[in-house]
Amino acid sequence: MAKLNLLLLAVLVACALGLVTSQHKARKLFSALEREHARARELDIDYGRLQLEASTWGLHSRVEKIATGALGMRPVDARRVRIVERDAGR
Amino acid sequence: MSAAAQGLVRLPVWRARFVLAALAAAFAVLAARSLYLQAMRTDFLQEKGDERYSRVLEVPATRGRILDRNGDALAVSTPVKSVWAIPGDVELSRAQRNKLAALLGLEPAELDRKLSDKSRDFVYLKRQISPDTAEAVTALGVKGIYEHPEYRRYYPGGEVTAHVVGFTGVDDAGQEGVELAHQATLGGKPGSRRVIKDRLGHIVEDVESIRAAQDGTDLQLSIDSKIQSIAYSALKAAVEANRAKAGGIVVLDARSGEILALANVPSFNPNNRARLNGAQLRNRVVTDLFEPGSTLKPFTIALALETGRIGPSTLVPTAPGTLSIASYTIRDVHPAAALTVSQVLQKSSNVGAAKIALALPREAMWDLFRREGFGTAPEIGFPGATGGKLRPWKTWKPVEQATMAYGHGISVSLLQLARAYTVFARDGELVPLSLVKTGATPGGEKVLSSQTAREVRAMLELAVQPGGTGPRARIMGWRVAGKTGTAHKLENGAYATDKYLASFVGLAPASAPRLVVAVMIDEPAGRNNYYGGTVAAPVFAQVMQGALRLLGVPHDAPLEPIDPAEGDEAREST
Repeated sequence: MAKLNLLLLAVLVACALGLVTSQHKARKLFSALEREHARARELDIDYGRLQLEASTWGLHSRVEKIATGALGMRPVDARRVRIVERDAGR
Repeated sequence: MSAAAQGLVRLPVWRARFVLAALAAAFAVLAARSLYLQAMRTDFLQEKGDERYSRVLEVPATRGRILDRNGDALAVSTPVKSVWAIPGDVELSRAQRNKLAALLGLEPAELDRKLSDKSRDFVYLKRQISPDTAEAVTALGVKGIYEHPEYRRYYPGGEVTAHVVGFTGVDDAGQEGVELAHQATLGGKPGSRRVIKDRLGHIVEDVESIRAAQDGTDLQLSIDSKIQSIAYSALKAAVEANRAKAGGIVVLDARSGEILALANVPSFNPNNRARLNGAQLRNRVVTDLFEPGSTLKPFTIALALETGRIGPSTLVPTAPGTLSIASYTIRDVHPAAALTVSQVLQKSSNVGAAKIALALPREAMWDLFRREGFGTAPEIGFPGATGGKLRPWKTWKPVEQATMAYGHGISVSLLQLARAYTVFARDGELVPLSLVKTGATPGGEKVLSSQTAREVRAMLELAVQPGGTGPRARIMGWRVAGKTGTAHKLENGAYATDKYLASFVGLAPASAPRLVVAVMIDEPAGRNNYYGGTVAAPVFAQVMQGALRLLGVPHDAPLEPIDPAEGDEAREST
């Protein structure tokens, strides 16, 4: 009887330790997962911010202003346009 | 030996039993109590226990982005911080107070006022500040001041896309435009997680994720931000040049039914909505009704052609330039003895259109208008889309039938009008509209026969040639077809003599239509310059040319410069 009890006690202690370890592992993994989630969010936010920036820099009105102002560009005059037929040479 | 002799008192048996019973009862009470606590109140107690150390935190979800058809951002949420305080806990030195107020952009006095009520335990000091500023606030290290993350919506397109995209409120829920219409998919579902916190509120451990945060889905609109920009700036310039009250423009892809641009003037900056008025907020293209005037004539004529009784070259007597029905007189600005059906459209003759209409059954006219989509709101999933007014044909009097032929007595939105013109662009098919990028070529509803649609298209092409009412709508390199409209505005049930609504609806390239553009200018204030042909048509030309070039639509006309002043500006009265 005493032997059995001792055996059961040993099993119980082993189980308890196992539980503690797995709980610890689960929590560690969970926090790792959370960290990665947070990183994914951060990258997503960065992407959004960059998209916003790209849109702002690429605003049509801004491009037009720079093209006509700083670069001295202007719409092509009709007299200087030649239309090339794609199949003309064949 | 007796008990007495041994000095022992023989106690009555009942006393021992009593003590035993009392102890048993006490144990029973304890057992019952523990049963009660363990079995029946366990949830409550567990909860109370957890409250000491574990907290459920909300995990915010990001709102979906709104993109244009090329993937350029039109609305993006970025994280910001809100700073709040527990007034009772805050201890500020004078220097700290001034520094904090400066960081938050508040007057020191205002900061004091916010912190004055010590009984409250939550006061927002400033919402939605940049993360950098929030960091500086934290660096001050003041007790009792906290911050929490929030999202703020940015609209890089600003006033250009304001009416289409709409905006969200401070709580990140859509309030106008697409933001409101697609709230269900754009808005994310915040999640929650359980953490263990120590006495100071630091997170010691993540316990579990109760519900993962679900970010909103991105939405790609059919809007092309470049065309939108061209449309908005051309419209704005025209409204300013003509000192008009307002204006609207819409660009449709005739093939897919997608709305490539939709702009209104006056507009507003959705990033800074401090001073907004109703006029700025109104999305006139979608929600405002107006009497379209002559831009409706092509439909009357199409119906007449459809009956087969007349052809494009049938003569319609229009002498003497007026037509009296009951007590009402319809007038032409340029009286002519007789005009062909083509010329009625080209010269925009009211008398001609009225006479053609009076030969048609009321029911057929009503039916065509209805099938063109007038009277029912277009299904574009946009808040406030209006259906317009189309009265049942049985209530039409002859004079009303005549005036409806040239677009009076019926009211439509600019979007409906533009959509109706897709029948001329698609050989008789009315296309369903979409504000979301589809990339598909939906089948339309057949409203007119292909032959009729082509004949009317040819007439519309004549209307923008010199001798028509809209030569200023011509553009270099592409053939254009379209119709001008100049309607008296309806005010308090009567037509105002000095208030006009100039419009132009057209399509291009006429050989294989790709785009439909509709322009409306409300109350142009120019003296003798309030016609659709002089006010709205130039906007049409500018936008159409820019859009065709951007889309790389092949030319169907020689590249010869067009003199906009060429040709007699035929004026019209509706």
